[in-house]
Amino acid sequence: MSDFQFGQHISQQFNAELDALRNRVLNMGGLVEQQVINAVKSLAQGDSALAEAVIENDHKVNAIEVSIDEQCTQILARRQPTASDLRLILAVIKTISDLERMGDQAEKIARIGLRLVDRERPNNDYFEIHSLGELVQMMLRDSLDAFARMDAEAALEVATKDEKIDLEYEGIMRQHVTYMMEDPRMIKRSLEVIWAIRALERVGDHAKNICEYIIYLVKGKDVRHTTLAQMKEAALSDR
Amino acid sequence: MATQNVMTHGVDMAALARDNEVTQNDEHDTCLQVKSLDLYYGDKRALKDISFDIPRGRVTAFIGPSGCGKSTLLRCFNRMNDLVANVRIEGDILLDGLDINSREVNVVELRRRVGMVFQKPNPFPKSIFENVAYGLRIQGVKNRSVIEDAVEKALKQSALWEEVKDRLHDNALGLSGGQQQRLVIARAVAIEPEVLLLDEPASALDPISTLKIEELIFELKERYTIVIVTHNMQQAARVSDYTAFMYMGELVEFDHTKKLFTNPRKKQTEDYITGRYG
Repeated sequence: MSDFQFGQHISQQFNAELDALRNRVLNMGGLVEQQVINAVKSLAQGDSALAEAVIENDHKVNAIEVSIDEQCTQILARRQPTASDLRLILAVIKTISDLERMGDQAEKIARIGLRLVDRERPNNDYFEIHSLGELVQMMLRDSLDAFARMDAEAALEVATKDEKIDLEYEGIMRQHVTYMMEDPRMIKRSLEVIWAIRALERVGDHAKNICEYIIYLVKGKDVRHTTLAQMKEAALSDR
Repeated sequence: MATQNVMTHGVDMAALARDNEVTQNDEHDTCLQVKSLDLYYGDKRALKDISFDIPRGRVTAFIGPSGCGKSTLLRCFNRMNDLVANVRIEGDILLDGLDINSREVNVVELRRRVGMVFQKPNPFPKSIFENVAYGLRIQGVKNRSVIEDAVEKALKQSALWEEVKDRLHDNALGLSGGQQQRLVIARAVAIEPEVLLLDEPASALDPISTLKIEELIFELKERYTIVIVTHNMQQAARVSDYTAFMYMGELVEFDHTKKLFTNPRKKQTEDYITGRYG
């Protein structure tokens, strides 16, 4: 738990605005998380109705992004936030942009699912997508959790998980390259699977970005484009 | 925990669409109506053909450079300009439909309905209690418990009660500047006006006292229509629902504050609020 406080302004209204903003980001995150879960499920189980629902829901994610952006614009124009308040607004603007892109990836997976419905299913029922999906979803959930608690250490821990996802992704890639070489009739299906795991890997990258924004928010240090070691140093530093 | 209370995904798209509109379509009835108002100091035309409606129960801010006429306009609403020699007013100002410049209007009664607070706190050299009770006594209220209740209520509304309740009979001049200004606001609200005019109410105060006054304004707007003149446009952005930008005696733009400070219609407004003026 960090010692971060947003509720101490003399203006109760400002407190309420920041609190509402934070809650809306978490809500958007929850919706995106559900989209990712449903997209993976629809693909792995060949559930076309669920895939359609994911595609249909993407515009909600987009609308929330636009709405939160507008709220941030109002706060910047009317409150002139400084220091941690300013970093919160900047972190929110960046976070929702990453969440929106995760939503797009979920939609992409659902569309791949729809294309795969009529194809012969593999013996493992797309287990590799399911298991990578679980890893990614957990990472997304933990990053939102770190955001909710404004916890830089937790954010660091989540960010380090991205490496594991990248390794899994590469492993699955290699596996499918082998399949395609063995049996060219599998190329089409394997390519779809590769697109899907690529989308999941991207969701992991976006979750890592959110973790970087949390470290910026809490510690005031910009850790984008740095090494894990530098990120660790920033996350564990005193402010 | 984050993700537990987050799982409700009933997204109200209609509400989102409303949020995304920059100016919400909230309609209020009009409290003060300004119609083709001109004001002359001798030959000098200080206000030029001003027309707009001030909504009830909201905060309306006037911003603009020095000498643009914002204080002059504010002082029209309780006829403070009557006290200035050589002033001529044309056009109408209606308070709830009543023409306040008509000969039948009792100015004392008008000023009871339209209270005013000035830039420099001006408490009377009396006790805290007597400062707030002053307006009631003038009105002829004699019942002690009525006065006591009204004083307590006004001090609570002005967010000053907790700081002064144990020293109500101390001299008001012993209060800090910020406390004095809240006391003056308490004095104004004790007689339950409909409109509160604030002329640079925080410009003589430190930043924390300023924020306290702003928070007070936010709380008071539920009960009163508030019109505030301020040099500090950030303050206007923080406290007001509507903003009027004035320049050289003209009303350049009047709009929702959230619209005017993010996407003003006039270039003159844009230049002023972004610091390009002059």
